[in-house]
Amino acid sequence: MGFLKIDEIHHTYFTKTSATTALSNISLEVKEGEFVSFLGPSGCGKTTLLSIIAGLLKPTEGKVTLEGQPIEKLDNQIGYMLQQDYLFPWKTIEENILLGLKLNNQLTAEKKSYTYKLLEQMGLGGVEKQYPSQLSGGMRQRVALVRTLATEPKLLMLDEPFSALDYQTKLRLEDLVSDTLKSFGKTAILVTHDIGEAIAMSDRIYLFSPKPGQIYKIIHVPDELRSLPPFQARNHELYSEIFQTIWKEVEQVETEQ
Amino acid sequence: MKQNSKLEFLHNEYIQSLKRESRWVRLYQLIIFVVFFAGWELFSRNEWIDPLIFSAPSKIWNLFIDKIADGSLFLDLGYTVSETVLGFILGTLLGTILAAILWWSPFLSKVLDPYLVVLNSMPKVALGPILIVALGPSMTSIVAMGAIISVIITTIVVYTSFREVDPNYLKVLQTFGATRFQSFREAILPACFPTIISTLKVNVGLSWVGVIVGEFLVSKRGLGYMIIYGFQVFNFTLVLLSLLVIAVFATIMYQLVDLLEKKLIKNGS
Ligand SMILES: Nc1ncnc2c1ncn2[C@@H]1O[C@H](COP(=O)(O)OP(=O)(O)O)[C@@H](O)[C@H]1O
Ligand SMILES: [Mg+2]
Repeated sequence: MGFLKIDEIHHTYFTKTSATTALSNISLEVKEGEFVSFLGPSGCGKTTLLSIIAGLLKPTEGKVTLEGQPIEKLDNQIGYMLQQDYLFPWKTIEENILLGLKLNNQLTAEKKSYTYKLLEQMGLGGVEKQYPSQLSGGMRQRVALVRTLATEPKLLMLDEPFSALDYQTKLRLEDLVSDTLKSFGKTAILVTHDIGEAIAMSDRIYLFSPKPGQIYKIIHVPDELRSLPPFQARNHELYSEIFQTIWKEVEQVETEQ
Repeated sequence: MKQNSKLEFLHNEYIQSLKRESRWVRLYQLIIFVVFFAGWELFSRNEWIDPLIFSAPSKIWNLFIDKIADGSLFLDLGYTVSETVLGFILGTLLGTILAAILWWSPFLSKVLDPYLVVLNSMPKVALGPILIVALGPSMTSIVAMGAIISVIITTIVVYTSFREVDPNYLKVLQTFGATRFQSFREAILPACFPTIISTLKVNVGLSWVGVIVGEFLVSKRGLGYMIIYGFQVFNFTLVLLSLLVIAVFATIMYQLVDLLEKKLIKNGS
């Protein structure tokens, strides 16, 4: 029985001059505790799909359920981290990470200390009173993750969380995020256009093709890689093999355009 | 080591040169001030300009001392300053509230759009006589003049900045299930704080205009009244004294708002 069920989603954006079909016929299921990736070139509807799953956008057709419940009825079960950190520059780090709890009147001592512990775990103890502009890009991204995790969502969605970071920071964060999510047993969806990142981090990869966005191929990552932290997975012999396979698929997608 | 002391020496040189420059700037500013007032005095005494119209700094100064001695200057000044302060606070506040209402209801904002444009292009001081009849020839209608002159432009500027807030901040709040009111309080308002403060600065100037015109019309008291009275009895020393006092106090108020701006917007964002 699927934890997250996405059923026959179609979405078309209407503007005065155009109707763009961003998603067509998307169906998939994610089990509890799984980590899946949406891989694909930009413009193939990945962000649109996340917005739909988060309940921020009503799809033209189809429905999404989490544990059998339609997502419109759920509050705070789904954490969604946008493509950039979008920390509020006028709030301190502390105010930023407690935002979700504050909005839901859940600022109890217990939840607060849970959040501070998360910040500590992310290697950011002691920055509470600082402003986002005083932190580096990698630190801000980690703060944004803490903000998303603070409300203890059952499903976590990350939209290209590492795309703006330098390579080393990105590798380090991949390990940290993967480790954190595993320790909490969180179900997660990662959007990326980096093939290596998708292989290193996830259990299953959905390759999207654009115009209209649809699922082109599903790639299952073998157990040997899944059990390893992302950085070690990248060094495993199976990694380059799968990388080649996906690379060819991606080229296929592009030539078909 | 040697490198270091050399750097320090060069840095000191640089700081000295900056100080030198700012001393020269101050000096020239002082020269302009002195030349202007000395020239004024000189021209007036020699009747190169009509002393009846242009008066003279010494006459203005004497009148100033007299009016301080009998306390009447403070009275008029007090009225005008408090009317102006009230006017611009009210104007900014009302403008911001109107902007919030427009943001709240995009439909209403579309409906009201042409009316805002018309109201904004209209010279608000022309409403003066109507205000005075409606609210009575009192402080209320003068404050209303000070407020009305800035309220529409504040609404337009603040509403525009409300709409320019990155929608992704709202998206973040929506993922936490924020209501529209919460979105306004957590993202829209704080993001536009700098804009609101800067309209405050513009509104100080506008409110002075509104209040002075209001005092012209009501003709009871205040610096605007001093001007209109001086004009009627052909006492231009009085007119010029009021003008100078207005210049000084408008500057002080502007500087205070500037200071407020620096205090409130400090996280460098
Ligand atoms: N608000 C919108 N209005 C109209 N078209 C949109 C909007 N958002 C996205 N699109 C279009 O939908 C398609 C998918 O966009 P998006 O979901 O952002 O893709 P991705 O995240 O994979 O890059 C693109 O062609 C984009 O131009
Ligand atoms: Mg995207």
